[in-house]
Amino acid sequence: MSNIEFVRTEMLPEKEPPASTVGPIGWMRENLFNGIWNSIITVLFVLAIVWTVLSLLGWGIQPTWNAKSLSECREIIAATGYTGHSGACWGVINDRWLQLLYGFYPLDANLLSAVSGASAAEILADPRAHVATPIVMILGYWRLNLAIILLFVGLAPVLIERAPRKLLIVTVLFPFIDVWLMWGGSIWGPAMAFVGFVLGYFAFKILAPIAGTLIAVIMSAVVPIIWWLFLSGSAASIFAGSPIDLTLEPVSSRQFGGFFLSISIGVVAILGSLPLGIVLALGRQSDLFIVKALCVGFIEFIRGVPLITLLFVANNLLNIFMPPGTNFDVILRVMIMVTLFAAAYMAEVVRGGLAALPKGQYEAADALGLDYWKAQRLIIMPQALKISIPGIVSTFIGVFKDTTLVSIISLMDPIGLSNAIRANQEWNGIVWELYAFIALLFFVVCFSMSRYSMFLERKLQTGHK
Amino acid sequence: MSELATAREIDRSKMKVSDEVAIQINNMNKWYGTFHVLRDINLTVNQGERIVIAGPSGSGKSTLIRCINRLEEHQQGDIIVDGTELTSDLKNIDKIRREVGMCFQHFNLFPHLTILENCTLAPIWVRKTPRKEAEETAMHFLEKVKIPEQANKYPGQLSGGQQQRVAIARSLCMKPRIMLFDEPTSALDPEMIKEVLDTMIELAEEGMTMLCVTHEMGFARQVANRVIFMDAGQIVEQNEPEEFFNNPKSERTKLFLSQILGH
Repeated sequence: MSNIEFVRTEMLPEKEPPASTVGPIGWMRENLFNGIWNSIITVLFVLAIVWTVLSLLGWGIQPTWNAKSLSECREIIAATGYTGHSGACWGVINDRWLQLLYGFYPLDANLLSAVSGASAAEILADPRAHVATPIVMILGYWRLNLAIILLFVGLAPVLIERAPRKLLIVTVLFPFIDVWLMWGGSIWGPAMAFVGFVLGYFAFKILAPIAGTLIAVIMSAVVPIIWWLFLSGSAASIFAGSPIDLTLEPVSSRQFGGFFLSISIGVVAILGSLPLGIVLALGRQSDLFIVKALCVGFIEFIRGVPLITLLFVANNLLNIFMPPGTNFDVILRVMIMVTLFAAAYMAEVVRGGLAALPKGQYEAADALGLDYWKAQRLIIMPQALKISIPGIVSTFIGVFKDTTLVSIISLMDPIGLSNAIRANQEWNGIVWELYAFIALLFFVVCFSMSRYSMFLERKLQTGHK
Repeated sequence: MSELATAREIDRSKMKVSDEVAIQINNMNKWYGTFHVLRDINLTVNQGERIVIAGPSGSGKSTLIRCINRLEEHQQGDIIVDGTELTSDLKNIDKIRREVGMCFQHFNLFPHLTILENCTLAPIWVRKTPRKEAEETAMHFLEKVKIPEQANKYPGQLSGGQQQRVAIARSLCMKPRIMLFDEPTSALDPEMIKEVLDTMIELAEEGMTMLCVTHEMGFARQVANRVIFMDAGQIVEQNEPEEFFNNPKSERTKLFLSQILGH
C-alpha cells in the first residue's frame, strides 16, 4: 500500500492568470473565436452586418434635405450618379418635422410676429419664411414645450434621488398646469380640479382617525367627485373673468397631434396605470370576495379585448351612454381607455412581484404590529415593485408604442400624420423616410426608459438576495 | 447526552417567574381545513418564564406559538395575552403584536432596508417613536447582539447567524414583554448556532418571558424553567427540564428523547 500521508508545509502564493485568458484578447477568444464553428459564425455575421449597414448608408446618405417634393428628390439623386436601388428623400422630414412633432397645434403667431416684425397673418401663412426654424419650434409652440419641461421637472424628484425635494411641489402641480397650457382657457378650471384633490386629501386626513381607514378612503373619493360634478364648474366660472384670472387661447382636442399627442397619451397612461395596477393587483389578492371578483373580472375582460376595440368604444360608443349634449373630450376618452388597458396589464405584472415575495415578509410585518396599509407601503410594495421593474417598464414601453393605434380613430399621431402627409401631391409615394423618423422618435424615448429601468435595478440591488 | 448551550455559568439573579400571568390559553383548538392541528391546548405562562416547546415535526408546536400573535387563527377556545383576548378584533390583534416579539426560522429581515432601518421601522411607524430616539434604541440593541458595526449594511450582506441576531434586535426594539422564537437556529450552520443561542441566553438572564420552539436541548436544559413536549397537536408532557430529560414519563417523550439525544 502506498503512502497516503501528505502535509503541506508552505501555503501557495497567488499567481497571475495566463495572459491569453484576460483582457481584450482573452475576451475575444472566449466570446468570438471559441472553436472553429464559433469563428466561422463570427466572420459570417460580421460580414452580414457590414453589408446591411453599407446598404442602409447608401440609401440614407443622400443630399435631399432641401428638396421640396419627391420628384425633386429623384432628380437630385439621379444627378449624384447614385446607382443603388433607391435613395432616401429627406426633404419630407425637413418640410414636415415640426408637424410630426406638434401636429396641427396652433402656432403662437403673435409672439412670433413680435420677435420677427412680420405680421401675424404672414407668420401663419409660412412661419419658417420669416423666423428661423429653431425659434419657430421653441417660441411658436412654447405652451407645449413648457408643458414638457414641467413634466420633466415634475418627474425629477420621483426618478432621481439627488433632485431637490422642493421640486415635489412641481410634481403635484404640473398635471394641472400642463392641462391649462395644452388646452388653454381660464386657469380656474384646472385650479378647481386641483381643489377637488385637496378636498379628498383633507377628507381622508380628518376622517381616518375618527371613522377608520376604510370609510376615510371611500369619502376621500366621494367628496372630490361631488365637488367636480356639482360645484367646481360654478366656482371656476365665478373666478373666471375676475381680475385674478390667467387665460390662454383655447385649443380644441382635434388640433392636437404629432409626437406630442403620443407623449401626452403615453404619459397619462403610464402615470395612471401604475397606481391603478397596484390597486387592482391588491384587490385581486383581497379576502373580500366582491372586491376580488370585480378586480379579476376587470383585469380579465380588459386583457381579453384588443386595444383597438376599446379605442373604438372610446371614440364612438361612449357617446351613446352619455347624456345628450355632454361634450366629453375625445382625447380624454382615449387617455382613459389606454390607461385602463395598461392598468390591467400592470396589475398582472405587480401580482407577479407580489407572488415572488416569501410569505415570511408578510408574517414579519404582521408580527411587528404593522397594519395592512403600512405593511404594503413599507415592506411589500417596495420589494414587489422592485422585482417587477423589468415587467413594469416593458408594459410602459408597450403602452407608449400602442398609442400609435389612435391613428385608427383618426387622431393625428405621427402615424396618422404620415398618412396625411403622403396624401399630399408633393410627397405622394414617400414611405420609409417618414417611418424612419417616427421610429427614431419612439426609439429615443423607449430606449431611455429601458436604460433608466436598468439603472434603477442596479441602484436598488441590496446584497445577494 | 446533549451538549450544553454555553460553557459558562448562567446568571439566574434576574430570572424570576412572577405570579403575573402573561399568556393564558384555554381549551384551544385549531383546524387547517378539516385537519385538526391543535387539540385542547391549555397553557398558562407567567411573566418571566422561559419555556421550550419540543416535539417531532408536524406536531403543531410552531402553529401553537404562531397562534399567540395571531399569525394563525384559532377556531375554538380562548387565548389571552397580557390581559387582552385574541379575537378577530384588529385593535386587539395590533395591541398584542406590539407587546409580543417574534423571531422566525428564516429570520424574515426586510432585504430592501438596512439593518438599522429594519430595527427602526416598527418603532417609528407603530409606536410613533421619533426617528432619532428609535435609532438610538436600535443601536443599543444592535450593540447588545454584538453587531453595531453592521448597522448600515443590508441583510443580504450578513451571515445567517448575524441575520438572526438582527432579527432578535429588531423584535427587542419594540420593547416587547414576551418573545416568541420559532426554531431560531434550525436554518443556521452549526458554527453560527452558538452566537444566536448566546444572545437568547442573555435575553433570558434579563428576565424576558420567552417561548421557544427549538431542538436545542442544551438550551432547554440550561435556560428553560419548563419544557413542553408536543405530539400530534397536543401537549403530551411538561415538566422542569431536569425531570423532563432525566425522568420522562410518557412513552412518546422517551422515544423522542432517545431519537434526538441518542447519538
